[in-house]
Amino acid sequence: MASTIRIRAVASGDTTEVQSLIQHPMDSGFVKDSKGQLIPAHHIEVVQFEHGGKVVFTALWGPAVSKDPYLKFSFKGGKKGDELKVSWVDNKGATDSLVGKIQ
Amino acid sequence: MLRKILLAVAIVAVTAQPLLAAGDVDPQADFKAFRKYFTERFPKVPLNDFVNGPYSMDEGLRKQWQAKEEFPPYDFALDKGKQMFSTPFKNGKTYADCFPNKGIGVRQMYPIFDEKSGQIITLDVAINQCREANGEKPYDYLKDDMAALTAYMAFTSRGKPMDIKIPNDPRALAAYKKGEEYFYSRRGQFNLSCAGCHVQNPGNHIRTEVLAPALGIMNALPIYRSEWGGMGSTSRRLTTCNSQIRGVPLPAESEEYRDVEYFLSYMANGLPISGPGARP
Amino acid sequence: MRIRALIRFAAALSIAGFATAAFAATADDYKAALVKADAAIKQAHALKNEWTTTGAAIKAAKAAADAGKFDEAVAHAQQAEALANGSIAQAKEQEKLWPEAVIR
Repeated sequence: MASTIRIRAVASGDTTEVQSLIQHPMDSGFVKDSKGQLIPAHHIEVVQFEHGGKVVFTALWGPAVSKDPYLKFSFKGGKKGDELKVSWVDNKGATDSLVGKIQ
Repeated sequence: MLRKILLAVAIVAVTAQPLLAAGDVDPQADFKAFRKYFTERFPKVPLNDFVNGPYSMDEGLRKQWQAKEEFPPYDFALDKGKQMFSTPFKNGKTYADCFPNKGIGVRQMYPIFDEKSGQIITLDVAINQCREANGEKPYDYLKDDMAALTAYMAFTSRGKPMDIKIPNDPRALAAYKKGEEYFYSRRGQFNLSCAGCHVQNPGNHIRTEVLAPALGIMNALPIYRSEWGGMGSTSRRLTTCNSQIRGVPLPAESEEYRDVEYFLSYMANGLPISGPGARP
Repeated sequence: MRIRALIRFAAALSIAGFATAAFAATADDYKAALVKADAAIKQAHALKNEWTTTGAAIKAAKAAADAGKFDEAVAHAQQAEALANGSIAQAKEQEKLWPEAVIR
């Protein structure tokens, strides 16, 4: 199955800028469907980025983050060709991860 | 805000020329006047930028949009649309068999005036005609499948100039005029016309949203709206515009909607297709 | 011309308000109000110009009638009729007025 994660990381000088798009419903648990029933909460809880064995970014998400979240951040270090791993866990215990290369 | 619109309309009404005689349709004159209005009102906006809607009007919004264009939110719908487009029907044929140029890079030709039926055919309608001609059920104009498929077809036309033809056929001219009438007529309990927002107030706010100019407003469709959390078809946008001003929407792809799409697309001739779009 | 429509609409609304205060409505009063409202709604539908609030008012009228609250039901039905008449007036006026808004 295709990954839910798309990632683009570009190194420039000693900084790497990372962008990612993750496909996920991110249901807050507060919204009702057309029949008036609450749509149960189904959202990512933790997103992590690892480079060179170290965690460079952690996001703790919850009901306030919208569907198909887009994320952008920079970290020091990383050069072209290095591997960058992204992984997420949601409140139902589902996970996905992706290893991308820094450009 | 409503008072400002009323005042603007009152001024226009007072300074306008006398009512048209029935049967007066001059699309080329309308085209020139429409284009002149927007380019003079927004002299700093490059002509091709109008198709970016609110982003051509608001610098802060534009920056956010440009940052997201690396990973546009419509990426997933686009992939789905591409897959749908290349999947054959049960009878083995594909969309490529229904459209010119195998359906790639053709979006900018729509809507088309169909001589046989005398009707305006939009891309969405053409897709369903193709499906039905090949024994498949038509897609709901308001739902995700149509949005994803039209997103892909729009994407293959990105950058191509809008190219709408109004043949010298009284039925085509009548459809154009009906579209023009729809665009400028007030409706809904809020008594707003399409023009009230998109001609009188582009760049201004309606609640938290920045209004797009009418020039090139069809070019970015279909659009991923953050408000919807997903991709929405042209019909979805037109019908929700109606309900937002407390007007009961007509059935999707009704004659009125197809005609107004014809009118607005013609006004945008020459401007590049920017779809699928991403909007707040 | 648009101001005239607004005044007409406001007048229709206020009349609807006064009517309920005076007496207790019966089921027959509601039926009569419903007939008038439905006729106006039918005409608005034929003109392809209906307001979402019209539908909401008629729904509220029917709900109130089902609950036996005929005062409320009559008020909502009259409101629906007024709103439908507003959209009818709008459609008729716009048919003549729209060319004045066109960019030339």
